[in-house]
Amino acid sequence: MDSFLHTDMVLIILAGAVATFLTRIGGYVLITQMKTIPPRLEAALNAVPAAVLTTLVAPSFFTGGPDVQVAMAVALIASLRFSVLPMLAIGWCAVMLMRYAFGG
Amino acid sequence: MNRSDFIEGIRGGTPVCISAAPFGALFGAVAVANGQTISEAALMSMTIFAGASQLVGIELFGHNVQPWIIVLSIFAVNFRHILYSAAIAPHLHHFSILQKCMAFFLLTDPQFAESVRRGEKGKGVSFAWYMGFGLVIYLPWQVMTVLGGIFGRLIGDPKVIGIDVLLPIYFMALVLGFRSRPNFLPVVAVSGAASVIAYHTVGSPWHVSIGAVAGMLLAAILPTKGEPKHRNAQQGV
Repeated sequence: MDSFLHTDMVLIILAGAVATFLTRIGGYVLITQMKTIPPRLEAALNAVPAAVLTTLVAPSFFTGGPDVQVAMAVALIASLRFSVLPMLAIGWCAVMLMRYAFGG
Repeated sequence: MNRSDFIEGIRGGTPVCISAAPFGALFGAVAVANGQTISEAALMSMTIFAGASQLVGIELFGHNVQPWIIVLSIFAVNFRHILYSAAIAPHLHHFSILQKCMAFFLLTDPQFAESVRRGEKGKGVSFAWYMGFGLVIYLPWQVMTVLGGIFGRLIGDPKVIGIDVLLPIYFMALVLGFRSRPNFLPVVAVSGAASVIAYHTVGSPWHVSIGAVAGMLLAAILPTKGEPKHRNAQQGV
């Protein structure tokens, strides 16, 4: 049974794939249509990494339990010295320690 | 294809591959638990390749909602990519049309962040580097989806093995990579506050777009300190 593809499901998935691809190429198409980019828009686009990626982090911190919050704070401090992989390892150790110590 | 660029890309993408792998497996497991077949879960990972929106889609499949609402929800969760593809434009101008299509198909949060960072360091975003980085995320994502679908019940609760903190920490590292940008702190503060407020009032996934727009508006209003020159300099790379 696991090998089946249901037509309805496949159609929805493919429509979702098209919608996703449109978001991935849409901004590029729009921005290259413009002959010049106004400085204010350019400043806004330069802020995209910090503005968008922050929205993926902040709710995780504020809705997470103390274990997640401590782990993220420890990882933030670790980031002052270390690159990404050690940062992940330190954050993971912190959350596991918290859960082990406090039975989370 | 430049081989050393390709390998550098693979190296750069490896931390992403590691922190995303449990979520690929989680997606496969959740998809099968919600009634999708493994082939359907794999098709979804192969064609959509955007974790959060795939999980939202699965959640909605389980609730028997109208198909167009599922597609709209996937679009809404992925809306932030529109901002990425506009902001990454100066770094990908030299790709051919086919290369652009492949590149945008693989455009994920880390792919965007690392490409922009690399472009601004003056290293140049070559197609070989971009594909190395993208494929080391894309291919394991497919494998993990299938493994998750097969061994779904073994994963259980991601909290027990602590993998639920990997993605937030990884995204935090990506944010910090841009700390030397003009107005970094005010943008982070405003986007963060707006997204948290929107998360509790409007709800997910809209908090992403609302927080992003708040931060971008702030950046547009604040003085820019000659930043436009920077972008023009990139065009020549």
